[in-house]
Amino acid sequence: MTVMEQRGAYRPTPPPAWQPRTDPAPLLPDTRPYRVLGTEAAAEADPALLRRLYAELVRGRRYNAQATALTKQGRLAVYPASTGQEACEVAAALVLEERDWLFPSYRDTLAAVARGLDPVQALTLLRGDWHTGYDPHEHRVAPLCTPLATQLPHAVGLAHAARLKGDDVVALALVGDGGTSEGDFHEALNFAAVWQAPVVFLVQNNGFAISVPLAKQTAAPSLAHKAVGYGMPGRLVDGNDAAAVHAVLSDAVAHARAGGGPTLVEAVTYRIDAHTNADDATRYRPDAEVETWRAHDPIALLEHELTERGLIDEDGIRAARDAAEAMAADLRERMNQDPVLDPMDLFAHVYAEPTPQLREQQDRLRAELEAGAESDAEGTG
Amino acid sequence: MTTVALKPATMAQALTRAMRDAMAADPTVHVMGEDVGTLGGVFRVTDGLAKEFGEDRCTDTPLAEAGILGTAVGMAMYGLRPVVEMQFDAFAYPAFEQLISHVARMRNRTRGVMPLPITIRVPYGGGIGGVEHHSDSSEAYYMATPGLHVVMPATVADAYGLLRAAIASDDPVVFLEPKRLYWSKDSWNPEEPQAVEPIGRAVVRRPGRSATLITYGPSVPVCLEAAEAATAEGWDLEVVDLRSLVPFDDDTVTASVRRTGRAVVVHESGGFGGPGGEIAARVTEHCFHHLEAPVLRVAGFDVPYPPPMLEKHHLPGVDRVLDAVGRLQWEAES
Repeated sequence: MTVMEQRGAYRPTPPPAWQPRTDPAPLLPDTRPYRVLGTEAAAEADPALLRRLYAELVRGRRYNAQATALTKQGRLAVYPASTGQEACEVAAALVLEERDWLFPSYRDTLAAVARGLDPVQALTLLRGDWHTGYDPHEHRVAPLCTPLATQLPHAVGLAHAARLKGDDVVALALVGDGGTSEGDFHEALNFAAVWQAPVVFLVQNNGFAISVPLAKQTAAPSLAHKAVGYGMPGRLVDGNDAAAVHAVLSDAVAHARAGGGPTLVEAVTYRIDAHTNADDATRYRPDAEVETWRAHDPIALLEHELTERGLIDEDGIRAARDAAEAMAADLRERMNQDPVLDPMDLFAHVYAEPTPQLREQQDRLRAELEAGAESDAEGTG
Repeated sequence: MTTVALKPATMAQALTRAMRDAMAADPTVHVMGEDVGTLGGVFRVTDGLAKEFGEDRCTDTPLAEAGILGTAVGMAMYGLRPVVEMQFDAFAYPAFEQLISHVARMRNRTRGVMPLPITIRVPYGGGIGGVEHHSDSSEAYYMATPGLHVVMPATVADAYGLLRAAIASDDPVVFLEPKRLYWSKDSWNPEEPQAVEPIGRAVVRRPGRSATLITYGPSVPVCLEAAEAATAEGWDLEVVDLRSLVPFDDDTVTASVRRTGRAVVVHESGGFGGPGGEIAARVTEHCFHHLEAPVLRVAGFDVPYPPPMLEKHHLPGVDRVLDAVGRLQWEAES
């Protein structure tokens, strides 16, 4: 029967199935990045935690400097430094329990090291003697991930699997501001929210995706606001305030652990160095901008707080620096040894069992190498 | 010993049974994808699994193929054995990044300590009147990616046996299910225990002496029909069903072609850059002195998959196969 035939009986109605699904208000991030250091909240912070964060920040800064130096000396193929972002890297590692999992991107070797990974093993990818230099199960650190944001769905899947198995495991995934434009960022957050997976996404908004500033990356009010569209809380934090990042991430991890589902945290920070040693940042940003961020340095912020409150003295500062120097000396020494390479490794792990075709190729390479060794021997003989 | 009367079963039923048996045998096996739960899949291949094993074991996911495969990677990292359904061949492309950059490489990247036992089921190929993006033969993309196994059944029994092997494999398997064979029937009793077929072994579906038809998946029945028709011409054709492109069973193919001296590769996928080029090259390398004629290819045209009203002109059929056999330089014989 058409409306015309129903005459006066038809009444326009709203769409029958629609109802609001989630109240967006509690999901909205604060209007300004959450801070602890230099605010009243600092008085509540645990002194032991602050001292630990400080020691790790100093060590982390030294690690970045040493890895950068090793790159200039040709010992690393490339190094994307996290200089200036140490608060995020360190806090991400420290908020997790041993049984939890960390999903780093290529810029997050420091987070992996702060979680306990051997610094040399963490740098294998960037030295180039293999892709992943560690057993991910050992410290529950996923392989450093180069394709942007593709590690995020892995974190969701792992957290989901752990929950299905009844294990108390949280996954924390790291991504940059540029990575939030990738489709995998969207899909990972959507899956995480639908499944209520125990996962925390930490976006380190360091201002640039290589040369492209955030303004060309998104028109969102903030990256943290993106959470609301997925039905998860978004949190905005000062990424150079180690105590604040630690507090916000701790809340998010506890929320996930308690079954509350995922959280998106945006840490506002700055990439002090160029994208990598192969990049020239002067082509796309003024030095003056870098200087304003140097004044908001994560180590200086924390050191000021500790000193003001008498939580650290000269000896304490020197002890942190000495420990960092010892780490750097060890890293230098071990990275200056040539890695042992076996070309046969090319074929060893493509499949559980090499295919017949791979066996043939392996034999061919072995024969080439043996022939080369023989002609070398003849040349020297 | 009692003989059980074999009831006709479809390939779709055999695939369902394979997943059901795998899920019953191994609690780490999880089925996931679009519409695989409540609906049982658009082809009903996962019918009943959610009801029997619960929605945590057979999960309707959001509609996002990269997300499906990407989360499956994480699940496999934690010790689960995901069986992922990509709803159609051409809908699997959003997942390529995850497939190529992670699924195929994780074992290698981690020196073997983090294998990803993921099965990626893809209904594939044409011949069912599908509109655009529902009929692609995408195997060439997969076989060009080291780290993946690429498997395709052509019979009801193989659908069961190979899918069980794929799910049990510690390597990722792209499992291509020929859509137009879903409803093909065979004397196969779904109530009886079934054999698991090892991956990587081709089979001779029809022995013959004149020439070898090398094929797989949906083109196997076409080749068998062509071989029957060829007897009228006096040709006794051997039909080799590869069953997997990776690993590739050189031994079976080489033995067959050395015996017959002639070979035609038949597949739906386009000829240029398609599997047939690799197969013809391998046959030539291994059988050169036994060959009486160049290895020929019968493939789909090098065009985007046609609209349904034109697909019959595209798909390799019996006549095109026989025509190729006729061009195998038989005049040298007489």
